[in-house]
Amino acid sequence: MILQQLSEALGVSGNEDAVRKIIADAVRDHVDELRTDTIGNLFAVKKAQAAQGAKRAFKVMLAAHMDEVGLMITGHDGNGGLRFQPVGTIDDRVLLGKVLLVGPDKIPGVIGVKPVHLLKGDEGKQVVKIDDMRIDIGASSKEEAEGLVKLGQVAAFSTRYNKVGRTATGKAFDDRAGCAVLVELLRGARFPFDLHAVFTVQEEVGLRGAHVATSAVEPDCAFVLEGTICDDLPKDKDISPTTELGKGPAISLMDRSAFADRRLVDHLIATAEKLGIPYQFKQPGIGGTDAGTITRSKAGVPTAPVSVPCRYIHSPVSRLSLDDFENTVRLMRESLKRLTPDVLKRS
Amino acid sequence: MDLSALLKRLSEAHGISAYEAPVREIVREEFAQHSHEVRVTKMGSVVGVRHGSGAAPRRKVMLSAHMDEIGLMVTGIEKGFLRITKVAGSDARVMLGQEVVVHGKRELPGVVGSRPPHVLPPEERDRVLPFDQLFVDVGLPETQVRRLVRVGDLISIRRAAFELKGGLFCGKALDDRASVAAVAVCLETLAASQHKWDVLGVASVQEETTFLGAATSAHGLQPDVAIAIDVTFGEQNGVSDTRTVGMGKGPAIGIGPNFHPELVKALVDTASKLEMPYQIEPRPGASGTDAWPIQVARDGIPTALLSIPLRYMHTPVETVSLRDIERTGKLMAAFIAHLDDEFVKTLTFAID
Amino acid sequence: MKDLIKKLTEAYGPSGYEHSIRQIIRDEVRGYADEIRTNALGSLIALKRGKGKGKKVMLAAHMDEIGVMVTYIDEKGFCRFASIGGLYPLTLLGGRVVFGNGTVGVIGMEEKHFERGKTPPLDQFYIDVGAKDKASCPVKVGDAAGFSRPFEDLGDRLVAKTMDDRVACAILIETLRKLRRCAHDVYFVFTVQEEATLAGAGTSAYGINPDMALAVDVTDTGDTPESNHMAVALGGGPAIKVQDSGMVAHAGVKELLVRRAEEAKLQYQLEVLTAGTTDAMAIQMVREGIPTGCLSIPCRYIHSPSEMVDYGDVQNSVKLLLAILSKSIEL
Repeated sequence: MILQQLSEALGVSGNEDAVRKIIADAVRDHVDELRTDTIGNLFAVKKAQAAQGAKRAFKVMLAAHMDEVGLMITGHDGNGGLRFQPVGTIDDRVLLGKVLLVGPDKIPGVIGVKPVHLLKGDEGKQVVKIDDMRIDIGASSKEEAEGLVKLGQVAAFSTRYNKVGRTATGKAFDDRAGCAVLVELLRGARFPFDLHAVFTVQEEVGLRGAHVATSAVEPDCAFVLEGTICDDLPKDKDISPTTELGKGPAISLMDRSAFADRRLVDHLIATAEKLGIPYQFKQPGIGGTDAGTITRSKAGVPTAPVSVPCRYIHSPVSRLSLDDFENTVRLMRESLKRLTPDVLKRS
Repeated sequence: MDLSALLKRLSEAHGISAYEAPVREIVREEFAQHSHEVRVTKMGSVVGVRHGSGAAPRRKVMLSAHMDEIGLMVTGIEKGFLRITKVAGSDARVMLGQEVVVHGKRELPGVVGSRPPHVLPPEERDRVLPFDQLFVDVGLPETQVRRLVRVGDLISIRRAAFELKGGLFCGKALDDRASVAAVAVCLETLAASQHKWDVLGVASVQEETTFLGAATSAHGLQPDVAIAIDVTFGEQNGVSDTRTVGMGKGPAIGIGPNFHPELVKALVDTASKLEMPYQIEPRPGASGTDAWPIQVARDGIPTALLSIPLRYMHTPVETVSLRDIERTGKLMAAFIAHLDDEFVKTLTFAID
Repeated sequence: MKDLIKKLTEAYGPSGYEHSIRQIIRDEVRGYADEIRTNALGSLIALKRGKGKGKKVMLAAHMDEIGVMVTYIDEKGFCRFASIGGLYPLTLLGGRVVFGNGTVGVIGMEEKHFERGKTPPLDQFYIDVGAKDKASCPVKVGDAAGFSRPFEDLGDRLVAKTMDDRVACAILIETLRKLRRCAHDVYFVFTVQEEATLAGAGTSAYGINPDMALAVDVTDTGDTPESNHMAVALGGGPAIKVQDSGMVAHAGVKELLVRRAEEAKLQYQLEVLTAGTTDAMAIQMVREGIPTGCLSIPCRYIHSPSEMVDYGDVQNSVKLLLAILSKSIEL
């Protein structure tokens, strides 16, 4: 199953090779063009079902990012421990007691912490900072560690995918869920326009791949497919959970990086309402996506993000609803089938 | 070339972000010595062009070191004293008692005045004075000051550059004029050897504020490959050595998402073949250098970063090893001498 | 010009929801521009062609205003919100907002969490539209509102919400109306999304690719009681930007503005702003770079519902723009 394969692949920002290969193999027989660029983006073009009459073909870009947050090895201690820094944003508190796979050889390593028995006073209440953590791969000297793991190599969480009823747990659903949705769309029927699917790199460190990809594709409009925040744990106040598991694909209206184009949003809503596909709105003002750079490309690109709600993103284990996943594929497929240049006309 | 003399000229020249004219002239002169032509871009960056020996159309490699420096700006005049703010990342802690130059209708030497300890209550001495509580004194009566100085005028640090022991060199603005000198070393070395590709040695503007020079130069020049050269934290008192690289131990090669892995590999291989000391510097995210905007210019440009170890960054006493500057220049020249079409093929990621 | 400023400042248009104000401005420039179009993200561009031997000049004023977007409706019908652009929590309590559909709301604050002497963070406020429960609430998640305050003419001084940046839109419109055909092709651009993302400015500049650009926006003053030091004052004339927290103005453009102001014997001020930036920051980075400066209107109480400008400064800004456009542009 593509979501499982993608979730378990290792692809920390700047090191997306394994993910790129899985996706390339999955879509190769379903697209007309497949290429990469010099930053690592994967472009797949699925041409329109019939030649378009217009002198310039209507181009729709769909983007999902291949990279995940992880750690970069920044030093070797005298006792064989590895120093590290986050790649992308990670809450320091999710790291203690976890297992990582380090470097291209996927060497297992652990982040330990001082045992509770040895804590004094209020020490147990203090957050351990990442600068004080080490990855232990079992090396007992600096030389041994240096021989096994090089500076600049990356480490990802080792979490395996697991299906539980109609939900699944695993790592990196942000944004392997989005990648899986895009793969499913490419494996289906053609659309009434040229579909430019881009599996981008380095979203987590600054929307880097998308910036470059949009410059190359020059689309008329774009959709970003994400795995987004679902913060529905019980809270003291009656406030937004950002999205809710099981309530369908989440359409973004505004986040810290961009405004969604209202014409595209209205088209998505109209399609969902007509076909009875559940959908929700992501809490406005939270987070950012590749849309932040796509919308600002050259003379501007109308863009809308659509996301699969995922609990606990940017941690070793997330959970999503397979119903939400399938409804996201369905909403996108049906909306794209009905997408024409007229949708972008201004009243 | 007399590297120490060049570095002194570059360091002492004025050239605050967006107002790089004085240092631009020195860089033009210097780059002209070993370039086939020298241009100035629309936004003021200097480009020293060396044509390669390959058949046209030739591929291009761009080197980018920034020539702008941080500084100060006048925000008001009060009783003849100047109120100030910073231009880019100036450090308020090093200002008390610092000599400066005010760029008014003419250049006026001044000092950032500090009240003597005798008149200060003890707790006052435990406080860092922020910029809006500092004043510059040019020693002239108020009426004259108002005739010669206006709000918005720039103020540069006044610091003669000089050598320390151990082959170290000290001055203001070595961030990033040390790298501009390294580009000059590279051009000089290439002039005495062979290279197929065109080389574009860029002294960029406004890196300290917005990366404007690097971003717009990359867009205009459209190189096939780029190397940014900047400074990084050299081991020094007061900073843990987990955050610094060695002084005099060679250029630091950046590794991380901002840099193309094949470029990194080629630079490491070149340094090894030259038996040149080098260091590896992991950068997990944005590098804070010209490499950042260059990598995403146009449809993407494979980029690498070489960093010269430097102590006391953003102070008037920035310190570098002359040997490290030379090594950086020679490393780039050796890398460039080996560039060919085969190399370009390795830059696109494989999917079969 | 006061009527125009009143019409523009009282109009609805939070970032991302500029359709209303765009239509109003479109109606105001019709008949004066040779070409009017809306670009991909919604910025409005009105071109007045020149006689052919001059430069391509872009003037940019942003149409959007700060506001709030509903993020969640709780069981009782109270609306939580996210800020659109930079909101000061201090200005919120008891404020009124108005949505695109005309619904009016009042901003309330969580009493339980209020700490005397401290300003509550944004997430301790909510909007009360008078709804009885979630189901009967007349607004939904995603609806956006701007602040609701009438324009006041104090004679020399004018007060309104959204002087930032509708007073500049008015200045651009007035300049377009008074501009006799000059050497330059002048693009009057009313940008979107400045307050939140600066997305409208860079994309507009990319499409036009001008030889020079000027952002026209408001700037802070240092002339109120116990204000932070700043050398700009209301009534001191249009301010010519040297630097702000996002960029340093192009030296040649800055000097051109100073030259033209002095030739026209217009009082002006030099502006150094330590907190805040404008469309100019995005415009200057486009393509191979665009020499960009900023003409700033001194304004008190920016990003509050009662922004105050000096009418003389506004009129002199129009005069300065006309002085620049009617002569050659050498940088």
